[in-house]
Amino acid sequence: MLLQVSGPSKIAGPTWNLVGDLQQIFQYEFMQNAFFAGTIVAILAGVVGYFVVLRRLGFACEALSHGGFAGATGAAVIGQDVFLGLVVFTSVSGAFMGWMGDRLRGRDVAIGGTLAFSLALGLLFLSLSTRFSGLAVNILFGSILSIAANDVRFVAVFAAIALLLLGAMYRPLLFASVDAEIADARGVPVRGLSIAFMILLAITVSASIQVVGVLLIFALLILPAAAAQQLSAQPSRAILLAVVLAVAYVWAGLLIGFYLPYPPSFFITALAFLAFVGVHVTHNPR
Amino acid sequence: MALDDAAVRLGGRIIWQHASFSVAPGQLVGIIGPNGTGKTTLLRVLLGQVKASAGSVNVLGGLPRRGNPAIGYVPQRRTLEADLALRGRDLVLLGLIGHRWGFGPASAADRAAVADALTAVDATSYADKPVGLLSGGEQQRLLIAQALLTNPQLVLLDEPIASLDLRSSHDIVHLVDNLRRDRHITVLFVAHDLNPLLEVLDGIIYIADGVPRSGSLDEVLRSDLLSALYATQVHVHSTADGHRYVVGA
Repeated sequence: MLLQVSGPSKIAGPTWNLVGDLQQIFQYEFMQNAFFAGTIVAILAGVVGYFVVLRRLGFACEALSHGGFAGATGAAVIGQDVFLGLVVFTSVSGAFMGWMGDRLRGRDVAIGGTLAFSLALGLLFLSLSTRFSGLAVNILFGSILSIAANDVRFVAVFAAIALLLLGAMYRPLLFASVDAEIADARGVPVRGLSIAFMILLAITVSASIQVVGVLLIFALLILPAAAAQQLSAQPSRAILLAVVLAVAYVWAGLLIGFYLPYPPSFFITALAFLAFVGVHVTHNPR
Repeated sequence: MALDDAAVRLGGRIIWQHASFSVAPGQLVGIIGPNGTGKTTLLRVLLGQVKASAGSVNVLGGLPRRGNPAIGYVPQRRTLEADLALRGRDLVLLGLIGHRWGFGPASAADRAAVADALTAVDATSYADKPVGLLSGGEQQRLLIAQALLTNPQLVLLDEPIASLDLRSSHDIVHLVDNLRRDRHITVLFVAHDLNPLLEVLDGIIYIADGVPRSGSLDEVLRSDLLSALYATQVHVHSTADGHRYVVGA
């Protein structure tokens, strides 16, 4: 994986000819890949993020993401694919967190401790070889511009599987997320859904890390969904809105990042944050 | 429903035992007892969420089982999360289709059933607001509507009036009373404050010394029995027009 956090440096600025500009952008294979991967990840993150916000799993999501750092660097140390390392490591931690379920509530210290340990573990793995110095920045802050066509396919397959599973368990998951106690009495397998959702979240986190990195995961997984929930109290609309917002942030971030010598993950995160603040200020009913 | 010498053991500890009583169809029965005596556990046994460790339990002519649509349930809680971004209508709808796999819009019949249930609890006017913004009484009405959706024969209410003001608790109690008469529903109603319920109750189940027992209002509403039950002085007062009030010392 090559270290490339910002776009090519010698490119003429945007013109008023949008079609021409887009043609210019899509001449570059890395931009095609970035748009493909970014869009797929944004769709998945929007949908999964809705449930993350509803289930109040923001901190757990952050912890999974940091755990991913250890998984990714660990995979690099033993010469395995970084994305695979991410998926395996976060899925196992996710399944455990899902199994713990409600018992994790209020365990901020335990989660925070695990989070810190994961980062430290990642640091140790990185120190094992100087070859990984570029990898660290990529994992921590995203590497969407250096994503390979092969990785795009990998991400697409995982996202498709995740979305299919999510579609199959949508209604019971919504029920269990809103009111686990009544859902359980109605025969909904609350614990099983909790584990399944955490594994889906792990896959989503792994895919999102490719785009915005471990440290900026909130930009795609929390902020679009949180803004959407302020704008609509109707689940299907809120989910659609979260997807639209996430895709818009990624596209805008990539476009701006193409012309400016700064990393797209900064612009994606900045847009997501500003939009969230804007929505919060204008739509907070209290 | 009937229990015969039933007992429950959780984590090696006996919660209660020797429970032998029955509740006739259509009755509205209160469940009382100090905190931690197993009132909620009794409801969980009927719901099939907790298995009796001894004796037999019969609910609506069968063994308790999870997901029985003939039982409606409103669990104990203070209020729903204030920022829960979900319309009341969607919350109620989940009681009908929330256990079905897959996704997609609700059918016209499902939406009509939700509208009926909302009308039955008089919640139509705020059904499209986010539930987190509603008052405790409004939220309880939505949860009762949700419990009614499957046309249950038995409804279990766990402290539905615990955090409500006088007016709201009075309204909820009479709503429940009317619903069970109209729809011939048996209702078990867990409550700490008996007073709002006394006019409508047919009987009382109380858990004393680890044994759930049932009795008529006359049998249970005695100062000595209630004082022993709560381990503090409790007085039952009767007014000239026949109303009774339970007052802690």
